[in-house]
Amino acid sequence: MAEDGVNSFMTGPDEAGRFGLFGGRFVSETLMPLILELEARYEHAKTDPTFWAEMDDLWKHYVGRPSPLYYAPRLTEHLGGAKIYLKRDELNHTGAHKINNVLGQIILARRMGKTRIIAETGAGQHGVATATVCAKFGLKCVVYMGAHDVERQAPNVFRMRLLGAEVIPVTSGRGTLKDAMNDALRDWVTNVRDTFYCIGTVAGPHPYPAMVRDFQSIIGKEVRWQLAEQEGEGRLPDTVVAAIGGGSNAMGLFYPFLDDPSVNIIGVEAGGKGVDDRMQHCASLTGGRPGVLHGNRTYLLQDGDGQILEGFSISAGLDYPGIGPEHAWLHDIGRAQYVSITDAEALEAFQLCCKLEGIIPALEPSHALAHVMKIAPTLPKDHIIVMNMCGRGDKDIFTVARHLGFDMKI
Amino acid sequence: MTRIDDTFARLKSQGKKAFVAYIMGGDPDEATSLAVMKGLPGAGVDIIELGMPFTDPMADGPTIQAAGQRALEGGMTMDRVLAMVRAFRDGDKTTPIVLMGYYNPIYSRGVDRFLKDATEAGIDGLIVVDLPPEEDDELCLPAQKAGLNFIRLATPTTDDKRLPKVLQNTSGFVYYVSITGITGAAAAQAADVAPEVARIKRSTDLPVIVGFGINTPDSARSIAGIADGCVVGSAIVKDIGEGKPVAEVLTKVAALAAGAHSA
Repeated sequence: MAEDGVNSFMTGPDEAGRFGLFGGRFVSETLMPLILELEARYEHAKTDPTFWAEMDDLWKHYVGRPSPLYYAPRLTEHLGGAKIYLKRDELNHTGAHKINNVLGQIILARRMGKTRIIAETGAGQHGVATATVCAKFGLKCVVYMGAHDVERQAPNVFRMRLLGAEVIPVTSGRGTLKDAMNDALRDWVTNVRDTFYCIGTVAGPHPYPAMVRDFQSIIGKEVRWQLAEQEGEGRLPDTVVAAIGGGSNAMGLFYPFLDDPSVNIIGVEAGGKGVDDRMQHCASLTGGRPGVLHGNRTYLLQDGDGQILEGFSISAGLDYPGIGPEHAWLHDIGRAQYVSITDAEALEAFQLCCKLEGIIPALEPSHALAHVMKIAPTLPKDHIIVMNMCGRGDKDIFTVARHLGFDMKI
Repeated sequence: MTRIDDTFARLKSQGKKAFVAYIMGGDPDEATSLAVMKGLPGAGVDIIELGMPFTDPMADGPTIQAAGQRALEGGMTMDRVLAMVRAFRDGDKTTPIVLMGYYNPIYSRGVDRFLKDATEAGIDGLIVVDLPPEEDDELCLPAQKAGLNFIRLATPTTDDKRLPKVLQNTSGFVYYVSITGITGAAAAQAADVAPEVARIKRSTDLPVIVGFGINTPDSARSIAGIADGCVVGSAIVKDIGEGKPVAEVLTKVAALAAGAHSA
């Protein structure tokens, strides 16, 4: 199926948790036994029908899956080329794809007898999803959030607190998502016996990148049968597009199509103010180089001495200096293509989607949409693009208003 | 025999426990940091752990995080940490130096180049927090080949099943982390640590040194008493961070060293 003597792009990671050069288990010894236990328990759960029965039930009745695959007629007509479908993961409970993964990890944590859940969050979507599922199961929940993000995402902080979570503002480092992840790891090292670390993206030490991908793959699996239902048996998308911070929604959409060579795969990174040497962006693949952080080797924004740099993006959810290791690998072997979109382009796409389709997208998928706007006009009308609408924009209206010069004071 | 092996042989013949002191390279600035470093052997320090600053020190508590941040803000780089080591070595050929930090600055420099520069500068061993035995091919094995000791952390979560793997490619000494947690956190209790050290010593002939949660001469004595020595880091780094004069910092180090040596 795949080129270059590889039988499949879907067999990774290997036993050491590697996707080619990337991934691995770069954590302190205190955490190693936990990571190994988690891996064993996840491997067991993966083949346990009762685990997936519980997932399916909650996905259906609690999250609202399957999320619709929606043909966007006015967007398609406006761009005048490829036929555009939106995978509506913004309609999930809690408003984003994050809950797909949180459910899986929390069910696993319960099976492991863990009573305390910790998580890191940037924009707050993963924090809200984690707080939500913890409330549902009556688990103690602690969310680490950069002090800077606590300030700019106040509604999500309040949501988490309403849901009974403790939100800890992180002031170490520069008080952003990567620092929140550092403090979550510090908490985990301190409370190893009763605590489960629910990571929000396809990064971290093995088995997290693979596990989170598996939970998010429900997105791509649904797209496969939903598109066949609407376009005819066996019809696959010609292009799939998703936004990437750490890369969990993208991995979830891409993974089920990795071995279909006719499907173009495009990941869209946050280009901030432009990918150049001023480093005011979060495009790890287009503007970074391989390094080791937060338990895995991947592309990182770093200086010449291996010190990690802060990302910059209008979207707090993409504001991370790394990217999931599987994306780093797909980039290096050329199975997926990675591009970047600036803040200004994302804002334009955001507004277009509101006006043409009556959907207020989050700023994260607005990046993906901005790239769709670039390529769709150049493609024939029978070319099908599926874009992951991974989150809704309610949380972003304040940011967008500020950028558009609209006074929100009531 | 490395300087680390020599030091433990000397201490053994003297019937003494080892006192290991940690400072962050370049904290609060290069000159002060070097002045402290040069004074450590005279204050009774047997082995120096020199921190390499990193933006994301995941195993460290607030004190050492802040120290790394001060060093980086002062323009500290890997080159300058190595320059500090060379300057120290000009006047001291015997005190072992263990470089302690995280993998990315080493990986970024290139492992081969790093090992060449580190050995030439006069570094004797490495402690790299985010390289467990599962990643030995990365740096541990090349470092041993280059003649450096690779010192591994063993922790309360390292059970008997895992211990042989942790000890396998360790050399110089074993660093037992007394608590589950980060540097500068809860106080280590000798009664809790003693059976763990004994458990490790049943599986290795290497010296076992205990670190994390040791901050007074008394705790240095009680912890050193149940192991082959102890490490103090945050308690020293805290004084440096408060801007105490070098002489005052070294007086405190001397008191801690005396505690460990009286065990």
